[in-house]
Amino acid sequence: MTLQARLVVERPRFRLDLGLAVDAGEVVALLGPNGAGKTTALRALAGLVALTGGHIDLDGTPLHTLPTEDRPIGMVFQDYLLFPHLSALDNVAFGPRCHGASKSDARATAASWLRRVGLAEHSGSKPRRLSGGQAQRVALARALAAGPRLLLLDEPLAALDAHTRLQVRSELRRHLAEFDGATVLVTHDPLEAMVLADRLVVIESGTVVQQGTPAEVARRPRTDYVARLVGLNLHRGTADGRKVTVGDVLFNVAEDLRGPVFLAFSPAAVALYRSRPDGTPRNLWEATIEGIERHGDNVRIHLDGSIAVAADVTPAAVADLDLTPGQRIWAAVKATETHAYPA
Amino acid sequence: MLTPRPGSSSGSAGSKGSAGRGRARRDSGPAGRVPWVLVVPALVALVFLVAPLAGLLVRAPWSTLATRLAEPQVLTALRLSLVTATLATVLCLLLGVPLAWVLARVDFPGRRLVRALVTVPLVLPPVVGGVALLLVLGRRGLVGQWLDSAFGITLPFTTTGVVLAEAFVAMPFLVISVEGALRAADLRFEEAAATLGASRWTVFHRVTLPLIAPGVVAGAVLCWARALGEFGATITFAGNFPGRTQTMPLAVYLALETEPEAAIVLSLVLLAVSILVLASLRDRWVTSP
Repeated sequence: MTLQARLVVERPRFRLDLGLAVDAGEVVALLGPNGAGKTTALRALAGLVALTGGHIDLDGTPLHTLPTEDRPIGMVFQDYLLFPHLSALDNVAFGPRCHGASKSDARATAASWLRRVGLAEHSGSKPRRLSGGQAQRVALARALAAGPRLLLLDEPLAALDAHTRLQVRSELRRHLAEFDGATVLVTHDPLEAMVLADRLVVIESGTVVQQGTPAEVARRPRTDYVARLVGLNLHRGTADGRKVTVGDVLFNVAEDLRGPVFLAFSPAAVALYRSRPDGTPRNLWEATIEGIERHGDNVRIHLDGSIAVAADVTPAAVADLDLTPGQRIWAAVKATETHAYPA
Repeated sequence: MLTPRPGSSSGSAGSKGSAGRGRARRDSGPAGRVPWVLVVPALVALVFLVAPLAGLLVRAPWSTLATRLAEPQVLTALRLSLVTATLATVLCLLLGVPLAWVLARVDFPGRRLVRALVTVPLVLPPVVGGVALLLVLGRRGLVGQWLDSAFGITLPFTTTGVVLAEAFVAMPFLVISVEGALRAADLRFEEAAATLGASRWTVFHRVTLPLIAPGVVAGAVLCWARALGEFGATITFAGNFPGRTQTMPLAVYLALETEPEAAIVLSLVLLAVSILVLASLRDRWVTSP
């Protein structure tokens, strides 16, 4: 393990208590809602926020006893914070200079980093003359130029417009793959986290609520927040063999489990009927339409009743079934499209 | 003429008609007449501030101005004023910028008290400042006694004394201005520099100082202008010796008793320098970014 940390930061009405382990070459994304403590955790790793407890060990040496400037870190800030009075080249050369390189060596290092991020021709530009995407790449080059062992990225793509973000994200992914130290990335965008990170750590109210590879997290959400992020319906139920009871609805599932379980299924797997369909009473319940909204090419129906569920149907189905808010309706989900796992 | 333009949203033809006077484009403020209760005192204040300066121009001996300006006493006093004000400003920069940084960035007990103490020379009558300087740095003063016996250094009634008196009075202007700039500066740039491995000193001189440069320059100009006009502390602590401690304001005061026309000429020179400074301050630093 390269980074081993337990971060405890106490503030009035807020407590962050977070265990974090990141391998060399691994990219870990801290994902969570606003105010969950992601940025505080990142700033604590950088030494910009003092720990009230815990420790930070990087490659076996304690980091938490060092001031920020003595930590072998590189940080990319949400709005980049490029020094406005320095050229792109001198911004990138700043780190190497601080680490004792001569002016010409630092500039040579900076020039090679600017080449790597594809900005060689902008080396003389002041930050205000750079586009958002260019500034982001200069910020990344600046953070990497001093050769950090721990790279910290705070919402690195949040300040970019949607089109630039796509392009910069794939570049960033390539640079992160080339970086051999530990990387911790903070984001509230699940897609960004899944594309960029090898492992997700989901934080809510200052503590880790779930972690795993993006595939695991996307498939097996463990909190409502994560389920919303990955776009699944999530319910807690009780399993008995291949049956799961959620509220008073009985589901047939593929997994053989016992005890408390999570049951997840996609809104697209939910089918709606005006009258009670024939067949088994399982995976079927009566619901009230609470709301109808546009969702991509489909229409999302929010159902209330014995369980609250989101269902995605086509606009044609909305017309055929004549769906209106307040209406009673039957909802069903196929057993093969549910996924149950121990809670 | 004093009626503000009524509601701007309607009647573009009307605003076109009065656009020639340059007031038509002002959209802000509620409609209605400007209250005379405010306008009359405002006009009186304006006249009160500008009239004496106009008087200076009216009464100036324009015909003999050139020869009077070329008189050696005038040039000597002007040179001394410029040199001492500049040296005082350099001294204030060397000591005042660090003081401002400590006040803005270091949390220590009694910081509020220190900040209050720094501003005392602002409200202290300069003559009192001069007396205080004499008591401490005078030949028989608390520190001056020791300076005299140990190093043979005498400060009062010397050009160095002038610089010290001016710096004493002018430094608060610089400290307050720089501290304000430091407090307004985005601390996150300093954090970014720290994550790149910069020590606090490197952060200060490579990031903080360039970012607050406009504030430092504005403070230095104010400080210089205050030093240039210094009278009370200078005449008390450094005396009034032509060529050594007689700066422009002192020369003006002296000339007023013997040769009023010379006083007017000297005053005009100071007025010109002041306006020049004010203009450069406004154009280059105060209104930019």
